[in-house]
Amino acid sequence: MGEKYIKHKYEPIIPSKNEWPVVKLARERKEFVKKVSELAEARILNLAENNPEILKEELETTLYREKLRIKQNPWVVDPDDEGSFWGEVKASLLQINTASGLSKTKKIQGYKAVLNRITSRYAEEIASNFKHTHYKFTRSVVTFGFSRLLNAARVKGFRSIFSNQYTLQDKIQIIGETDQLRDLATKGTVVMVPTHFSNLDSILIGWTISVLGLPPFIYGAGLNLFNISIFAYFMDSLGAYKVDRRKKNLLYLETLKTYSKEAIQFGCHSLFFPGGTRSRSGMIESKLKLGLLSTAIEAQRANYQNGLNDISGKIFIVPVTINYHFVLEAPSLIRDHLSITGQERYYKENDEFSNSYKISKFLLKFFTKGSDISVSIGRAMDVLGNYVDENGDSMDKKGRSINTRDYFISEGVVTVDQQREEEYTNMLGRRIVEEFHKINRVFSSHLVAFTAFEMIKASNRKLDLFDLIRLPEEDIVLSYEEFKKNCQMVMDRVYELKAKGQINVAPHLQNDLDEIIRHGLDNVGMYHAKRPLIQNEKGDIVTEDMSLLYFYHNRLTGYGLEKLF
Amino acid sequence: MASRNSSKTKEKWIGVIGVGSFGTAIANMLAEKNPVMVYARKEEVVQEINENHTAQGKPLNPNIRGTFDPKEICETCDILFMMVSSSGFQEVTKTFAPYLLPYHLIIHGTKGLCLNLGEGETLESVQKIRRSQILTMSEVILQETVVVRVGCLAGPNLSKELVKGQPAATVIASKYNEVILEGQSLLRSEKFQVYGNSDIIGVELSGVLKNIIAIASGALAGLGLGENAKGLLISRGMVEMVHLSNALGGSVKSVIGLAGIGDLVTTCNSVDSRNFTVGYRLAKGEKLPEIMADMEEVAEGINTIRIIKAFLETADLRAPITEYLYRVLFEDFDIKEALQFLMKYPFNVDIDFV
Repeated sequence: MGEKYIKHKYEPIIPSKNEWPVVKLARERKEFVKKVSELAEARILNLAENNPEILKEELETTLYREKLRIKQNPWVVDPDDEGSFWGEVKASLLQINTASGLSKTKKIQGYKAVLNRITSRYAEEIASNFKHTHYKFTRSVVTFGFSRLLNAARVKGFRSIFSNQYTLQDKIQIIGETDQLRDLATKGTVVMVPTHFSNLDSILIGWTISVLGLPPFIYGAGLNLFNISIFAYFMDSLGAYKVDRRKKNLLYLETLKTYSKEAIQFGCHSLFFPGGTRSRSGMIESKLKLGLLSTAIEAQRANYQNGLNDISGKIFIVPVTINYHFVLEAPSLIRDHLSITGQERYYKENDEFSNSYKISKFLLKFFTKGSDISVSIGRAMDVLGNYVDENGDSMDKKGRSINTRDYFISEGVVTVDQQREEEYTNMLGRRIVEEFHKINRVFSSHLVAFTAFEMIKASNRKLDLFDLIRLPEEDIVLSYEEFKKNCQMVMDRVYELKAKGQINVAPHLQNDLDEIIRHGLDNVGMYHAKRPLIQNEKGDIVTEDMSLLYFYHNRLTGYGLEKLF
Repeated sequence: MASRNSSKTKEKWIGVIGVGSFGTAIANMLAEKNPVMVYARKEEVVQEINENHTAQGKPLNPNIRGTFDPKEICETCDILFMMVSSSGFQEVTKTFAPYLLPYHLIIHGTKGLCLNLGEGETLESVQKIRRSQILTMSEVILQETVVVRVGCLAGPNLSKELVKGQPAATVIASKYNEVILEGQSLLRSEKFQVYGNSDIIGVELSGVLKNIIAIASGALAGLGLGENAKGLLISRGMVEMVHLSNALGGSVKSVIGLAGIGDLVTTCNSVDSRNFTVGYRLAKGEKLPEIMADMEEVAEGINTIRIIKAFLETADLRAPITEYLYRVLFEDFDIKEALQFLMKYPFNVDIDFV
């Protein structure tokens, strides 16, 4: 895979926007929302075994939780009529419950009507508001604006603002299986699963998709992002549908899954952050949220059931990792992580991305200073985690062509078996994590942070993690020579792993070691007020913030590199 | 690309790979409900099956057809029972891999472990092994083939008794409910009960680890010790199995189920068991090479002890029965002395895992 990064220019794979699945979906939005709501209703009825008692229980639980949420955790994006809607639901439920002499069928009809109102509301709320004009506008703002900023910063001289010497692609490198991705996106349906470290990821991936000439992907974005107007605009224009993490009731979750499944079956390329939320610890996700992932498997099975056995009905899973030197939210993320693992049950979510001003400031910094980002696209897999060849056919480990449909067959026909699909989802989750580790790119900043933290840990063997992080920063001094020796050791092992295809490295890691260390120290968490790692006047390595150092160090956990110390 | 189409023959053929004593017994039981095809490597064995309806002298249901062609059995049967010894398991799986497709279901009945070592490495050369270097049979199948719907068969199932049609029960373990249900509908009968368990690793390990204790039980019998000693061994053996199984990824529950304690009691009392016989003859003063030389089929316990011993080198765990048996088997340690050591071993707590 590209040692030397070549800037490609990619032609759009589908030139006419009217052919874009997401545009087609937007055109049929009303019917689609209705369909999702009906299918979700059917699923819930099936789960409740058409039993009025169970259904009643679910409806009442949902009502109770929603009322609690409205009271305890209101957000700006919440619609104004929420209170009255749930009030009406409450009244209808009460009416059915108290009416005497209702027959079982009458009762279930009544509950069904309430259920239908709720799923319709949820489906409407989840559905995306893709508008092509907005998309076009956003895309040009992002590319134009960013490249202006970039050139202003890097090209010296008066006319720099008009220079086209640098484009965003210099700043953000896209590497890996880009051609395969482009090719498969014309033939089947792609589900992209990236790692998630920063709120910036959504925009970054949206931009990557557009640079690669792919039509927009739909994806579930946390509703909290829509609280911020600048994000809301971006999200809508990128085809995002809304996922509200506050709503954990069965009705909502089933509607959400149905939406995702139906959209994939519709042929919309999708994007899930399978970690569910940003990685608090800075580690590559090792346990995935499997809810949305299961919809990819369900959609694949449904396509086979509907006789779509050729590549047009095939779903491809494409893992992606995003590598940063710097994560804006790192201080709050790691604080959350430590307080959760430290058994501190109640913590307050504090978002650096809390308003548009802070974001703009960050973007300005980001584009005018260094700190490159790389996006690595992994090899496409089928929904069982088998690699696929250039025709989109799945291959076993020996390279033999196999048919994904066979996984869903028993007694010669495609069957629905929920328990089986749950296991398949677990399998797929494990495969994605494996691929994340393989395509992850080591940056100089990861290397120095990892080495420094492990050295500090090794010299304080008796301390557990929490005591380690509470060590007074001024007591920690690593001699440069010692540090360099250890960096070399870690790097040798990284290259061994790379030879086995278990990890990837950024091109700047081919420089000489002093150069790499300097680059790493300059870049690791470069915009934080307190830097995780710096070199003092004596040339020694010191830290200003242990928990940040821990955060950036975590990027290289999961490879057994700790054993070197 | 071969794929199974909905056009199916009306008859549902079931495949059995391997015609050892257990394989033969299972094939006969399956043949009561469905036509069965068995695979044997040697042509003359296949000929014997098809012409005389016997496998190495043991009678076979005339419903059973033999083949030595892996392709034929894979194409005819969607469900395969693998009944081969652990020493040949990896090789047989590799032979079958090119013909197996994702729609196949495999249930195996092998109570042993395999190694997952690099090129040129052997147990002698590496000495210490980690969990990732040990494979249960289901893990071998998952590693070598595209089949994912895998199950295992374990429990107190002495072939001799099954052949006579005496009542018995077994456990089918799989992560997939459909595999359990399929196995139950194929095997269940008036005389044979089939339980399900989702902890396949735990069930496999129970079947594997109980062989170690069975050797020890044979040794006690060979030394002429009584029922008190046996009760002690079975109970301590179960505790050791629980800890080992846990360290290898199985759950406690499976060890105290039919495939664990059920099988353990049967094997420890059965003079017909090969593992029991190994222990018995050791206690009578014979050496391991002599014993192995005149045994018809392998005693899985011997290989299991070697693997677990190497695993204990890397695990933070003591397993006294296994460790002393290893010394008796491979380091010429006197069996009576080993017993002395075990009696003095500080087991302070009766049960420390629930």
